[in-house]
Amino acid sequence: MVWNGRLVLWHFLITPHPSTSCIVSDNLDEILAQATSSISDAQDLNQLDQVRVHYLGKKGIFTLQMKELGSLDPERRRAVGQVINQAKDRFQEQLQARKDALDNIELEHRLASERIDVTLPGRGQSEGGLHPVTTTLRRIAKIFASVGFSVVEGPEIEDDYHNFGALNIPEHHPARAMHDTFYFDAHTVLRTHTSPVQIRVMESEKPPLKVIAPGRVYRCDSDITHTPMFHQVEGFLVDTDVSFADLKGVVYQFLRAFFEKDIQVRFRPSYFPFTEPSAEVDIECVMCNGEGCRVCSQTGWLEVMGCGMIHPEVFKAVNIDSESHSGFAFGMGVERLAMLRYGINDLRLFFENDLKFLRQFH
Amino acid sequence: MQISEAWLREYVNPAISTEELVAQLTMAGLEVDSVMPAGALFSRVVIGEVLTTEKHPDADKLKVCLVNMGGNEPLQIVCGASNVRPGLKVPVALVGAVLPGDFKIKQSKLRGVESAGMLCSEKELGIAADASGLMELLHDAPVGTDIREYLSLNDSIIEIDLTPNRADCLSVEGIAREVALLNGMDWTATPVKEAKINHQDSLPIVIEEKSACPRYLGRLIKGVNPKAETPSWMQERLRRVGIRSLGAVVDVTNYVLMELGQPLHAFDADKLVGGITVRMARNGEALALLNGQTITLDNEALLIADEKQSLALAGVMGGSDSAVNDSTQNIFLECAFFAPRAIAGKARRFGLHTDSSHRFERGVDATLQHRAIERATQLIIEIAGGSVGPISEVKDDAILPQRPAILLRRQRIVKMLGITLPDDQVQRILVRLGMCIDQHPEGWLITPPGFRFDMAIEADLIEELARVHGYNNIPNNSLLMRAELGKATETVLDIDRVKDLLVDRGYQEAITYSFVDEDIQQAVVPEDGLIKITNPISSDLSVMRSTLWCGLLKAALHNLNRQQNRLRLFETGLRFLNVSGQIQQQKMLSGLILGSYYPGQWGERPRKVDFFDLKADVQALFSLAGRPVQYVPAKHSALHPGQSAQILSQAGEKIGILGMLHPSLEKQLGFETQVFLFELSQDLLLNKTVSRFKSLSKYPSVSRDLALIVKDTVSADDIIAAIKGSNETTIQDIVLFDLYRGKGIEENHKSVAVSITVQNFSQTLTDVEIDAIFNNILQKLAKTIGAKLRD
Repeated sequence: MVWNGRLVLWHFLITPHPSTSCIVSDNLDEILAQATSSISDAQDLNQLDQVRVHYLGKKGIFTLQMKELGSLDPERRRAVGQVINQAKDRFQEQLQARKDALDNIELEHRLASERIDVTLPGRGQSEGGLHPVTTTLRRIAKIFASVGFSVVEGPEIEDDYHNFGALNIPEHHPARAMHDTFYFDAHTVLRTHTSPVQIRVMESEKPPLKVIAPGRVYRCDSDITHTPMFHQVEGFLVDTDVSFADLKGVVYQFLRAFFEKDIQVRFRPSYFPFTEPSAEVDIECVMCNGEGCRVCSQTGWLEVMGCGMIHPEVFKAVNIDSESHSGFAFGMGVERLAMLRYGINDLRLFFENDLKFLRQFH
Repeated sequence: MQISEAWLREYVNPAISTEELVAQLTMAGLEVDSVMPAGALFSRVVIGEVLTTEKHPDADKLKVCLVNMGGNEPLQIVCGASNVRPGLKVPVALVGAVLPGDFKIKQSKLRGVESAGMLCSEKELGIAADASGLMELLHDAPVGTDIREYLSLNDSIIEIDLTPNRADCLSVEGIAREVALLNGMDWTATPVKEAKINHQDSLPIVIEEKSACPRYLGRLIKGVNPKAETPSWMQERLRRVGIRSLGAVVDVTNYVLMELGQPLHAFDADKLVGGITVRMARNGEALALLNGQTITLDNEALLIADEKQSLALAGVMGGSDSAVNDSTQNIFLECAFFAPRAIAGKARRFGLHTDSSHRFERGVDATLQHRAIERATQLIIEIAGGSVGPISEVKDDAILPQRPAILLRRQRIVKMLGITLPDDQVQRILVRLGMCIDQHPEGWLITPPGFRFDMAIEADLIEELARVHGYNNIPNNSLLMRAELGKATETVLDIDRVKDLLVDRGYQEAITYSFVDEDIQQAVVPEDGLIKITNPISSDLSVMRSTLWCGLLKAALHNLNRQQNRLRLFETGLRFLNVSGQIQQQKMLSGLILGSYYPGQWGERPRKVDFFDLKADVQALFSLAGRPVQYVPAKHSALHPGQSAQILSQAGEKIGILGMLHPSLEKQLGFETQVFLFELSQDLLLNKTVSRFKSLSKYPSVSRDLALIVKDTVSADDIIAAIKGSNETTIQDIVLFDLYRGKGIEENHKSVAVSITVQNFSQTLTDVEIDAIFNNILQKLAKTIGAKLRD
């Protein structure tokens, strides 16, 4: 049903008023009383519209009365007209009030009929997720990108020069034995670390250099705490005046940013053939807040990365003058950081790709 | 390396606890891996002597023993060990003793016989992990003495993970030097006196390879007592550093190795023929080693030989023929300096790793040999007697490591460390490190001591300064650097954006191994050449993947076997191609879907994924790149021949492929459902077009739908190409919105509904113009692909 002036269908159903033949202003009160009662009797907007037409339509009672005004003398016409108009206004107010009420009832009805169980799940495609290694790599990259480090990748099948020789690890160096290398032939290996990218960048670009190199690395080792493939991020900075104190600052700020916590960080002397001085970096155990637990072997400290000042032999291999330039490099294991960040206790889960594991990370 | 704290403290004894000592070592770069008590906690165990043993009346395996405890009355103890015998000295747990594991010893009856204690094995005392019988003590072990006191068990065994550069710390003296340095103390070196010479016999020594062996010392010691026992203190110290007692002479060489860091070797002099030669092996020469292994050598192996045969793999291991044994009376003691380069890798080649090779390949103090041979002589004489001959030494000073002074510049310390150390502090640290210092206008000229053979360049010295000063006393600076603005390119799509899109479309990222099972690789892409790892970790991880599908299929099976029957996976990474012997490494993006399209939900009818679900995902990726691509039917060994498409760029580059896993492969791999796969080259996918604005028409567009009947063989692309071929410039959009085969359509034909939108840029199209456009299009369709309008 539409409240619409053009819909006059019901006009014919209305019985003409018995007193239309005379001046009706005398019984206006009676007409209005009747109209009021018709309005309140209307049970829906349809019926209400019929009432409207009955009184205000072309042949409506008020309309006819207004027409009859013409036969009166002007003075009386004004007086009677005023009375009729007042009655008409009154009628219209009541009509509008009833309409509002009926609108409201109809809306209530619709709202009630359209009630749903909002606890039913939404429909559509499922949500996917990134691997926790990717999420971790992205965070690392974002932190370093904020001070202008760029991301560079390198080949995973490497020649032994880039993986070892150029990094000051000559053949038969004890450090080679420590790397548990996968070989394709005597001089082709699966890279054992992301450090070869450092060599490749320094070979092709001139300082200043600020680079991080994330990627897969491979070691011929597989047990509860080792998988034959894992991820590292190598980072390095080469410029005219870069010191160990700068390295310490960068590593310190990075670890606090990564763990979103003002954790304790300590630097321990260590050895890598491609850096000197070299350091291992420990953080206060994030599992027990340094109290000592199984994860940190009761020491309160966790080893999280290695770093140092780029060794003069490495600069020599890439033709950068180590007198005028200095630089630092650092390397970290991504799975290790992810395990500490998210509390993962089994390294092997990373590469089984079990949905029950993967879905825990967003 | 493993050392005994008590042994260490004989040299230097700072007033700090074990924990503090360990922390100090770790923070100085000598990382302590573990600290273990030398013996587990136990009490009331004393030395006893078994007097008599008698068979237990009611038990075959038990013996009733009388044990002398030094008091008046021997104790009666029942024992089941097979090595119990009269005269044996053993640890006895008395009544009231508490053994490791809170095991309390009480007076008891064993099968009716009283037993007043227990005879113990090393395992029961927590000294060794395993034991075959009672712990047998030396004959001179004092009866009645507490075993903890006798074995000095109140000690800690400290395991240090030494970095390869700190070979100077591969001895108790080496660690003692370091502890003294860290605590600002002096330490006491082992006093070594020259032995008195009793005879003048010696063996001639010839060094053919002086660069490999610039110093060789030898000495004959005659008439040693072959039955001499290694004293218990030495056995116990060796045990604590992880070395088994093997007889007095060998124990002494091992003891000096641990004490001073110099490997020595003792030959049975009576088994040598003529003099000693240090030479390269001849190709094919064999050597039977002490460990029972016989190795075949080549001309890269350095040998110790006599006139007749090879005696030892120099610096690695002795031979069995010339080894000392329990009847050896005359020994030839070798103490040499082998150049690290000559030993490095030699042991590993033969699968060997010995305490000697470990030291020689990292470096040994080239000035240590005299002291070490005298120390070994002194200990042999003390323990086994014998008459001492002179030391024969052959050396080449020109080849022995030279120690040129190293220039250490003040300005360099600042540049590398970022701190200014006062001169006197620098000098104090260097002196404590044993360095000789000469002043230089720019700083100092430093000559390192012989034992710091790792010091060769200025950076080595700066590292030592930082280490002793303390890394944690160097500030954490904020970076001050020159910087250029970065790029924000729009010509290369960020792979992270691509990954995010797939994640948003319900994909889970996987990371699988880059090496795969050869069988799966061969099944999926039999045409690809294999790239095999020569030393794979296992056969199922032995070849490099030439497609990421191998790993994704394996991951899919893993999940299907764990009740996950709906999967959407993707992976990024390198694939490895063997292109006629050349290895190519290409960055790929691959995906796999299987199972129902939607996760289980109400209000949607479940349906399985199909080719076009996967294609929609792939199309979404290309719309990120803003580049049109073409999908053409393709053949791929892993895919269904009727449901696979190659993706070509406009320039015709092969960007990738997608399709359904071939049904026979599906069966072979053990899938019970259809699998859909895609693989794209990242480089080609990420090649992005920068967006280009086109002006908008302000006139209304008109769309008309055409229902076309075409032959089944006509592809959607053919239809669109024909429409475009009409060269109507007003065409704005072509949408294929329905496809129908069956009732009402001629056999081998299909009905395709296409909606075409046209619009003019300069005026509103009139009905007459529109009719003309569509007539033209229909004519083109009829002419090129035989399309008719459906009635």
